[in-house]
Amino acid sequence: MSLTVSLYIMALVALNIAGCWWLLVKTKNLKADEDASGKVNHSYDGIEEYNKPLPRWWLYLFYITIFFSIGYLVLYPGFGHLPGVLGWTQTGQHAEEVKVAEEKVAPLYAGFLAKSVADLGNDQAALAVGSRLFGNNCATCHGADAKGAPGFPNLTDADWIYGGEPETIKQTLTLGRQGMMPAFGATLDEPAQLAVRHYVLSLSGRDHDAQLAAQGKSSFDTVCAACHGMDGKGNKMLGAVNLTDDVWLYGGTHAAIADTIKNGRNGVMPAHGDLLGEARIHVLTAYLLSLSADQK
Amino acid sequence: MPGDIPVQELYVKAPKIYAKKVSGVFAKLRTSAMWLLLGWYYLAPWLTWDGRQAILFDLPGRKFHLFGLTLWPQDFIFLAWLLILAALALFFFTAVAGRLWCGYACPQTVWTKAFMWMERITEGDRNARMRLDKQPLSFEKVRKKTAKHSLWIVFALFTGYTFVGFFVPIRELSTDMVNGTLGGWGWFWVLFYSFATYGNAGKLREQVCIYMCPYARFQGAMFDKDTLIIAYDEKRGEPRGARKKDAERGHDGLGDCIDCKQCVHVCPTGIDIRDGLQIACIACAACIDACDEVMVKMNYPKGLVRYTTEHRDTGKETHVLRPRIIIYAVLLFTLMALFVYALSVRTPLRVDVLRDRGRLYTATSIGTIENVYTLKVMNMDQVPHRYRLQASADVPVIVKGDLEFEVPAGEILNIPVRLEIDPYELKEATSTVSFRIESIDQPTLVVEESSSFIKPANVGAR
Repeated sequence: MSLTVSLYIMALVALNIAGCWWLLVKTKNLKADEDASGKVNHSYDGIEEYNKPLPRWWLYLFYITIFFSIGYLVLYPGFGHLPGVLGWTQTGQHAEEVKVAEEKVAPLYAGFLAKSVADLGNDQAALAVGSRLFGNNCATCHGADAKGAPGFPNLTDADWIYGGEPETIKQTLTLGRQGMMPAFGATLDEPAQLAVRHYVLSLSGRDHDAQLAAQGKSSFDTVCAACHGMDGKGNKMLGAVNLTDDVWLYGGTHAAIADTIKNGRNGVMPAHGDLLGEARIHVLTAYLLSLSADQK
Repeated sequence: MPGDIPVQELYVKAPKIYAKKVSGVFAKLRTSAMWLLLGWYYLAPWLTWDGRQAILFDLPGRKFHLFGLTLWPQDFIFLAWLLILAALALFFFTAVAGRLWCGYACPQTVWTKAFMWMERITEGDRNARMRLDKQPLSFEKVRKKTAKHSLWIVFALFTGYTFVGFFVPIRELSTDMVNGTLGGWGWFWVLFYSFATYGNAGKLREQVCIYMCPYARFQGAMFDKDTLIIAYDEKRGEPRGARKKDAERGHDGLGDCIDCKQCVHVCPTGIDIRDGLQIACIACAACIDACDEVMVKMNYPKGLVRYTTEHRDTGKETHVLRPRIIIYAVLLFTLMALFVYALSVRTPLRVDVLRDRGRLYTATSIGTIENVYTLKVMNMDQVPHRYRLQASADVPVIVKGDLEFEVPAGEILNIPVRLEIDPYELKEATSTVSFRIESIDQPTLVVEESSSFIKPANVGAR
């Protein structure tokens, strides 16, 4: 707020308060020309009226509102740019409320932290908390049912790109992941890309051209196997996906696989360590493992 | 000459009203109404139903318990409906019988009556109170005033405590107050409503009716010349005047009004009914009782001040059935019947379908399209239920997710569901799918909700 605007607001506020005061003082005494019965000596369209004064405490209420507004402006921000002597701010109040909420849930999470991830998997209260954490933080990308979408892995199958041990999942949640499949459009020519695609389809037992697949194997062994392994089963250390299980992170159609080979893929799982903290990630890990528990 | 015009203050100290004790038919009626209403108010929170407080407005839990009925925020329409019914009932009774509400049933009147009773047993009746207030400070004055205010404060505290007991389980509230474990806000509300009771029924009294009450201002709109009012029979009473007790009726050309001012002395709003119908009259009929008593003593017929209508007063016929009454009555009873019907067929199950908005759709590896939904299944009943979920559209749908689940009483469960549809079956980019949730243990509990299913606008050739 610039000083000019601030001064303008101050002037308006002061003028309004002073104006209210003036109006009260000016109008509290009314010149009424009334007769003995209290009837005011005027008649408009035949309508006459009595003078019926209000109880005096009404007047005091008006004065109180004026004192209240001055008190408010001293204590709280509102008079131009002045912050008010209480130093109250919206962000400060929010931080305070967050602090209170955190203190309230601290014992709950301390209890969860004291248990192992495996034990939390049998703790209905922990799983209920986990499902809400999932709904608030994960469902936007992975879907409300955690079954994922192209580019966002299904979390309910037992297929883990980086490994499904509690510690690995925690690392994924805390630090995030950068999944990178390089583009081979420049390395492999079009026929070679086609051949590799059919070989990859054959690995999962999908419909493919056997001749093309046989041609593709040599390219696969020299180019793709570096990360995905000679058997195509992937490498969890690198986050290279298993190509033999008919689970397709970016879609399993011919067009989608061709696109992946030619242009590569970049997948990002954002880091949640600072956002959620250790205890919530602990609970969330247990919840995620519970989703795929019946798949193993 | 402006100098001659007296300066009249726009605000003056409100005059204190010393209403005299009155007895009679209508006083009995008002006392019965007070016992009934206050009795209900103070006892209602102690009623139990099914092991919990029968009437409990649980604001943090967002549930209103009314005996066998639990209302959720989604049932708010019933509250709006109830308020409309209450307003219509007020209009109807006002048109038929004037300010019945003000005189007999309004909390302001009822609590003021109770407070006036406490005032009377401690300070005495009208004359004693007026004398006491004029007296200089004395031991007797302090004793009587202390007794009155102590009674008022205890009664007000009990009222505030009971009021909070409608919102916080009253048994817990009682133990918390006794053990000193009641939180700051609990105390605040108890004291706030106690103070409001003390202020309204002890101090403000008729000022609420005259200066604050909106109903007092607009009730005139419901009045017509056939509405029941309390009025002084001017033709019979005037010219008023004092007379000897043994004077013959009609002697000296005087009317029946002996100008004893009993009607003014008993009036809780401090008006003179003989001035005619006025906004400050709450139609409590105290003046009728007071005047009738005097008329009996004078051996005059009763009813110098009485319930009448403007038409009757001017010698015309009073019409009870008139368009205004019939319209109010038809509206009131139709709406009431509909309200009761709607409440009786209310389904204590509600489902909100939230489509995942993170992405419009998901293509599977076999080219079908999936949409994900979260179903919020609210069991608004007082017992748990097991539900079955079905989803349908104009074309075949594959449903993935839990299709049977149990929801505890009064809980909300989130059920994620994934629908899979072959996009070549769908003509439009957005089509409607519907979810049907049915209770397995009580098949009459059925809710259908629809949502959208979105596929890519262009799925290409198969």
